Amino acid sequence: MAAVETREKVAALGQKYKYGFVTDIEMERAPKGLNEDTVRYISAKKNEPEWMLEWRLSAFRRWLEMREPTWARVHYPKIDYQDSYYYAAPKNAPLKQSLDEVDPKLLETYNKLGIPLSEQMLLAGVAVDAVFDSVSVATTFKEKLSEAGVIFCPISEAIRDYPDMVRKYLGTVVPVTDNFFATLNSAVFSDGTFVYVPKGVRCPMELSTYFRINASETGQFERTLIIADEGSYVSYLEGCTAPKRDENQLHAAVVELVALEGAEIKYSTVQNWYPGDEEGRGGIFNFVTKRGDCRGDRSKISWTQVETGSAITWKYPSCILRGDDTVGEFYSIAIANHFQQADTGTKMIHLGKNTRSRIVSKGISAGKAQNTYRGLVSVHPKAEGARNYTQCDSLLIGGECGAHTVPYIESRNPSARVEHEATTSKIADDQLFYCLQRGIPQEEAVALIVNGFCKEVLQQLPMEFAVEAQKLVGISLEGSVG
Amino acid sequence: MLEIKDLHVAVGGKEILKGLTLTVNAGEVHAIMGPNGSGKSTLSYVLAGRAGYEVTDGSITYNGEDLNALAPEARAAKGVFLAMQYPVEIPGVTTMTFLKTALNAQRRARGESDLDALNVLKRVREKAGTLKVSEEMLRRALNVGFSGGEKKRLEILQMALFEPKLAILDETDSGLDIDALKLVAEGVNTLRAPDRAMLVITHYQRLLNYIVPDRVHVLSAGRIIRKGGKELAHELEAKGYEQIVKDAA
Repeated sequence: MAAVETREKVAALGQKYKYGFVTDIEMERAPKGLNEDTVRYISAKKNEPEWMLEWRLSAFRRWLEMREPTWARVHYPKIDYQDSYYYAAPKNAPLKQSLDEVDPKLLETYNKLGIPLSEQMLLAGVAVDAVFDSVSVATTFKEKLSEAGVIFCPISEAIRDYPDMVRKYLGTVVPVTDNFFATLNSAVFSDGTFVYVPKGVRCPMELSTYFRINASETGQFERTLIIADEGSYVSYLEGCTAPKRDENQLHAAVVELVALEGAEIKYSTVQNWYPGDEEGRGGIFNFVTKRGDCRGDRSKISWTQVETGSAITWKYPSCILRGDDTVGEFYSIAIANHFQQADTGTKMIHLGKNTRSRIVSKGISAGKAQNTYRGLVSVHPKAEGARNYTQCDSLLIGGECGAHTVPYIESRNPSARVEHEATTSKIADDQLFYCLQRGIPQEEAVALIVNGFCKEVLQQLPMEFAVEAQKLVGISLEGSVG
Repeated sequence: MLEIKDLHVAVGGKEILKGLTLTVNAGEVHAIMGPNGSGKSTLSYVLAGRAGYEVTDGSITYNGEDLNALAPEARAAKGVFLAMQYPVEIPGVTTMTFLKTALNAQRRARGESDLDALNVLKRVREKAGTLKVSEEMLRRALNVGFSGGEKKRLEILQMALFEPKLAILDETDSGLDIDALKLVAEGVNTLRAPDRAMLVITHYQRLLNYIVPDRVHVLSAGRIIRKGGKELAHELEAKGYEQIVKDAA
């Protein structure tokens, strides 16, 4: 513990990354490297049925033939996929029935992260499925949810307890063959979250998962599957932080959402993975595939993301508007400071009639960072009356950063209406001076102005998290104005 | 309270103020008048500490302290307030949020505790009535879509809220019709106090009919060329700057 404290003190003194501590817990790992045996090891650790192993192996074999994509505006050293661990779990951590059984060190970690895994959560009306590296160790409020018929559990548990449901939906939104990182995830995903909301049920609380990468040299590959049955509603929030390390760590998650007829899914992310230091050393490589399928008519999927962390962000939460009268939304704040690189955006695929989509992207670049919005709005021939509105605003702080907007629009239906607006602005000297003159110090002034710039998106976040996100915006821009 | 001695200020390498000397005591209202380009705004910015306004010679002493050594936000916390000629817009930040952030930042710098939203609102409401600043205005983004009059009223509201020791009003009359001007002047007059000094910077004498100064200074080409009582403003109005400058030469 002494070592941990010292490290914390050093971190607090020298660095700004608040979550850069390491929890000293014995870990159980798969042997380093990636081959079929690694896949089998993970599957065996999870006591998975044969079909799941086969699914993983077919993904792995496919992956061996794939190449890493290079089209994004990000640059990073070549990743050695054999030089990493693909499974890490706290030792002696089988599933716990109550918080009392959980290692107190783990709970301490959560407290440092500001996740009150206790009575406070009940008051806040939030249920947390906390994923510590690869194993879910505590699930709260399961009972209240199960009264409503809502299933909210680690995906490893769902594979065992609800195999029919998992088999029916897993890989139907993001196919095993979708892309390099998604295929890798399909082969080696170690845990994640499963949610099922039954017909006509409005989920009685916000669902929330905090993921945390702790073990060094470990990639985290979580897999999330959310199914909202007919006429149901669910709001889900994920928050991410990782300790700081000099080496880069890979994070390749897959999230699949399925909204059946008349259902609505609201998915919010506050991503604060370690971004690397001021010199660009270390940081998380965040290569994530998130996609929602508005499978039934009149369904709606809404993505809200606040992306402040990671050395590299490669992420395009998308909506397939398959049913008629479906709605897809994407609200995004992407902040890149120092040497961070973000290439993020969305895809709105209009397949059904009278489908509507709305994209609001706010990109903030500071330091030497590069921030790219990359989006696709695609209207297919049968999408009669499709509508899209896209607004991309970029804010630059300082003269060495970059903002890029790459919108792709494909319309194969003459009745479609697609609108795109884009602006680029800088924090004006007179705005800063005005704040300073009123007594607001520089960093607070920048945070205030940037929060104003992002307001439309912040308003989309569940209330409990909007305040936290606002603070995060300030923290991530510290040192951005000289 | 404020003692400026032989002040030289350069902007972008060009000297704008060329040896300005001025003393303002607590409780006094001084007017600085001058034609365009005489250095009026430069004086207000250098007192507030705006970046790019470089003191090349001379000194500014504020309550015995070297003002030029302080960061702009530290000056604000110590009671220096500049009501700006062109208040800036900050999209997405409500006026009320801005007021709360600024007030608490100043309090923190002075070692005082933060006020909660309710307390700030109470204080703002106390001041808002006489200045006709509506609740609706407080909910809008700071200065975004405000009329000229609304912007200036909000500046005076901030002055009332922050209770500065040295208030500098830079062309507060510009862009105001007569009703708005009266309202703003009234707001300023209620803030006159024995422990507060004011520097009213203006091109026109009009404002000084409503805010009656104790002393009037005429600024020309970066120097004060005439000093006098409030009657000097009337002389200026009658003769025009050109004549006064000629007389002084």
